[in-house]
Amino acid sequence: MNLANTLTQVLEMAVALAAAPLFVGWVNQCRAWLQNRSAPSMLQPYRGIYKLFHKDAVIAENASSLFRIAPYVVFGTMVVAAAVIPSMSTRLPFSRAADAIALVGLFATARVFMSLAAMDVGTAFGSLGARREMMIGFLAEPALLMVIFVASLIAGSTALPVISERLATQALGLYPSLAFTGVAFTMVLLAENARIPVDNPATHLELTMIHEAMLLEYSARHLALMEWASALKLFNYACIGFAVFVPWGAAMGEGVGSLFPAIPILALKLLIFGAGLAVVETLSAKLRVFRAPEFLATAFMLAVLGLLVHLLLGA
Amino acid sequence: MTALTDSPLNACLALLGAWLVIGLAGLVRPGSLKFAGRTLFPLGALCGMGLAGVGLWGIVSPPEQVVLVVGLPDLPAHLRLDALSSVFMAVLGAASAGISLFGAGYFRRGQGTPPGLLCLEYHVFLAAMGLVLLADDAYAFMVAWETMALSSYFLVTAQHRIPEIRSAGFLYLLIAHVGAISILLCFGVLQGGSWQFTFDAMRAAHLDPVWASVAFLLALFGFGAKAGLLPLHVWLPEAHPAAPSPVSALMSGVMLKTAVYGMLRVTFDLLGEPASWWGMVMLPIGLLTALYGVVFAAVQTDMKRLLAYSSIENIGIIFAGMGLAVVFVANDMAVLGALALIAVLYHSVNHAFMKSLLFLGTGSVLHATGERNLGRLGGLIHRMPWVAWLTLVGALAIAGLPPLNGFVSEWLLLQAFLFAHEVPRLFVNMLLPLGAALLVLAAAMAAYVMVKFFGIIFLGQPREAALARAHDAGLFERLGLVWLAAGCFALGLLPAQVVAGLGNVTRQLGLPTLADAGAAWWMLVPLADREASYAPTVFLVAVAAVVLLAVVLVSVLYHRRVRRGPPWDCGFVNLDARMQDTAEGFGQPIRHIFQPFFAMTREVPSPFDRAPRYAVKVGDRIWQAFYAPLGGIVQRIADRVAWIQQGRIAVYLLYSFVTLMVLLALVL
Repeated sequence: MNLANTLTQVLEMAVALAAAPLFVGWVNQCRAWLQNRSAPSMLQPYRGIYKLFHKDAVIAENASSLFRIAPYVVFGTMVVAAAVIPSMSTRLPFSRAADAIALVGLFATARVFMSLAAMDVGTAFGSLGARREMMIGFLAEPALLMVIFVASLIAGSTALPVISERLATQALGLYPSLAFTGVAFTMVLLAENARIPVDNPATHLELTMIHEAMLLEYSARHLALMEWASALKLFNYACIGFAVFVPWGAAMGEGVGSLFPAIPILALKLLIFGAGLAVVETLSAKLRVFRAPEFLATAFMLAVLGLLVHLLLGA
Repeated sequence: MTALTDSPLNACLALLGAWLVIGLAGLVRPGSLKFAGRTLFPLGALCGMGLAGVGLWGIVSPPEQVVLVVGLPDLPAHLRLDALSSVFMAVLGAASAGISLFGAGYFRRGQGTPPGLLCLEYHVFLAAMGLVLLADDAYAFMVAWETMALSSYFLVTAQHRIPEIRSAGFLYLLIAHVGAISILLCFGVLQGGSWQFTFDAMRAAHLDPVWASVAFLLALFGFGAKAGLLPLHVWLPEAHPAAPSPVSALMSGVMLKTAVYGMLRVTFDLLGEPASWWGMVMLPIGLLTALYGVVFAAVQTDMKRLLAYSSIENIGIIFAGMGLAVVFVANDMAVLGALALIAVLYHSVNHAFMKSLLFLGTGSVLHATGERNLGRLGGLIHRMPWVAWLTLVGALAIAGLPPLNGFVSEWLLLQAFLFAHEVPRLFVNMLLPLGAALLVLAAAMAAYVMVKFFGIIFLGQPREAALARAHDAGLFERLGLVWLAAGCFALGLLPAQVVAGLGNVTRQLGLPTLADAGAAWWMLVPLADREASYAPTVFLVAVAAVVLLAVVLVSVLYHRRVRRGPPWDCGFVNLDARMQDTAEGFGQPIRHIFQPFFAMTREVPSPFDRAPRYAVKVGDRIWQAFYAPLGGIVQRIADRVAWIQQGRIAVYLLYSFVTLMVLLALVL
């Protein structure tokens, strides 16, 4: 582990931490444009987090220590996940600690802690949100792993940087199997990050919300960490998508210098992806909760189809 | 004494003997709870720790054999300790150490069987399981196997005054014996005409493929009945809630593993070269069992039934992995076979720790509250912090979350599945990767089940007023829980060492070990050329560092002020405990999505009911489709046969006379 690689590693995490709220701001900006309304400033997520950190935390009387630990655990897992995902460089010394399957496990850990914290106070909405979140989770996780499976089969490894490198240097530009899994991955991303059509990040209508219902009892710094972690999760998912489906442009060489072209490329990818996400969210309607399993089953079947296509065609 | 320190086998025998002595000592003062609990159970736990150490020693030692002249004339007991039995011996020792410690504080007065007798049954059960692992001939194996079944039957029916417990015990005994007959027949086939019933003779016997397959299917049925494979799983959700919690823990954590051991012994050791289709039979059965178990676990409202179904799920995962290993080995992919086999062994070890921990946790809850029904629990993390946090470790582990142990074995199994497409058989290589999808679905649902289990019992508001009087576990109970939770951490954080140890098993079974490729001690690299690696310690340190850094930064840069207030709940004020999700409510999405799995009967009130009542009963389709008709057939046959019982002495004398005549005619 040399100094340059360590520096790259730290830079990756720092960029993820810093850029994640901005990315959320950008998606909100795009949605506002598409919906013909004026948006809050793109820096609004930062302001929100800043404000929340300054407030006094109010915690329900019967909350246990699990409730107070959970935001830190969720935030910690998301930061560590950002360290594993090759968003700018594939030379990440830390990524040997966790391959793509472990990454899915890391997301699952965050989800379980968030759900447990939601059940801790014992409100009707908290447990409702926890139940729905876990339902979405157990349906989305197999689909996500199938996507990773296909990519690993093509690349011959489950380590995300290796997958990214091999896919970027393949002679074949477009894999038919990856086309299927790409759609599946997008669907999983929408579901896992509480976006329309599965959930609505802007709603506070009690009966339709999933993710927000779990955070109702949080305030101040705990809420800030949870919000930041959610932004990081979206950022992480986007970067997983880039690493597998559009791996071109990430730095593969040694040294910090190779990062300089990678940063604008990542920014470009995020800009385009954020705009696309806003389009998808604007064009689709929110599903009833029990249509979500069908949505995710479709994602799963698409990923399995991708797997079969790969096994049949070898591509 | 030198003989004991020379060989692990002798040390094993001495410790198993010590268990028997401890058990018999219980009879000295059968009514004394204090003697059994405070003296004998801790001693048994010490023996367990010793046995765990001996098991570890046995893993790295060469196989050993001994012949004991006991039992019937000309039928000495052959015993053997190799790496495979040592792994399970270590599991037996380590898990039982935690369970015995817990048991020292658990058993209470006035619960059916007197404590001294319970102590005897318990330690006979332990020793019998040890003997099953050591047995090297069919006689010794069957004697130990039946002793294990009988002693556990008596333990299950410890509270024999309750009719449901008696019927649960009967169901258990019945299926255990149907399985035992099948195992006996399997050994009969395995001896291959030599009429030698030692395992050595069975290894040497060359069976033609048809008979080998017959032996395999008999073993799958017999050991599957004990392990709880579909459709022979029905006894688990009945027997586990009936038994006292340490006994449930022992049965689920360790006894099911003896069935796994038996299956591994027959398939990979006694039968020689396996056929590919055996794996293709075992794999779908295992996956189906896993899915079935977890789907049913998600809708349970009794916490111990929920755990019993979760055991079915884990057994399914283990058998699915075994099936995959068979396919690999049969297709000359020895390295991948070893990988799958190591994943299977790893998961067996893990499950022993996690499931024992969870069952013991429910035992503490049961004692503190007198409730098994999830609908009457809640909020216990405030009253029982020790039990809650230690149970959380088990719940996170079994949910397959890194960096705990459940994740490592599932990770290894998924790595093995990832190469299943390389099997050189058409269709098989396409079907196998789909198995990974089902496996992941089961694992992801296990997380759902565990959030339900932990959240409903320990989090939220207490659903009953009586819960405010719940007390935390006593010292011995805490010690037992801490021991098992520490095991979950150790197995999760040191995977490279565990995999290296399990490599001895695969080596002795004629498969390669997984070369460690010069990786550091904290890095697990199962297959060097595939570049997949996992380092849980680094992982844990990184998450912990970020968490600590966040805590410090937040409190330094901002403040640490906290106010307590009433729950907000969107401004709703009349919040009470009945507005939380119930166990039924938490299971509702699963009931909705997996509707065809369940035989559901709903009682829905009409709008005009004066006392509206809503009830839903979730039944097992297999029970209705398979066992109910089977029971009917058996009953009808029994009715026919009963005709010969005329109840008059003259008729019975006639029977004896006819029998005598027929026998004479045959002889002469």
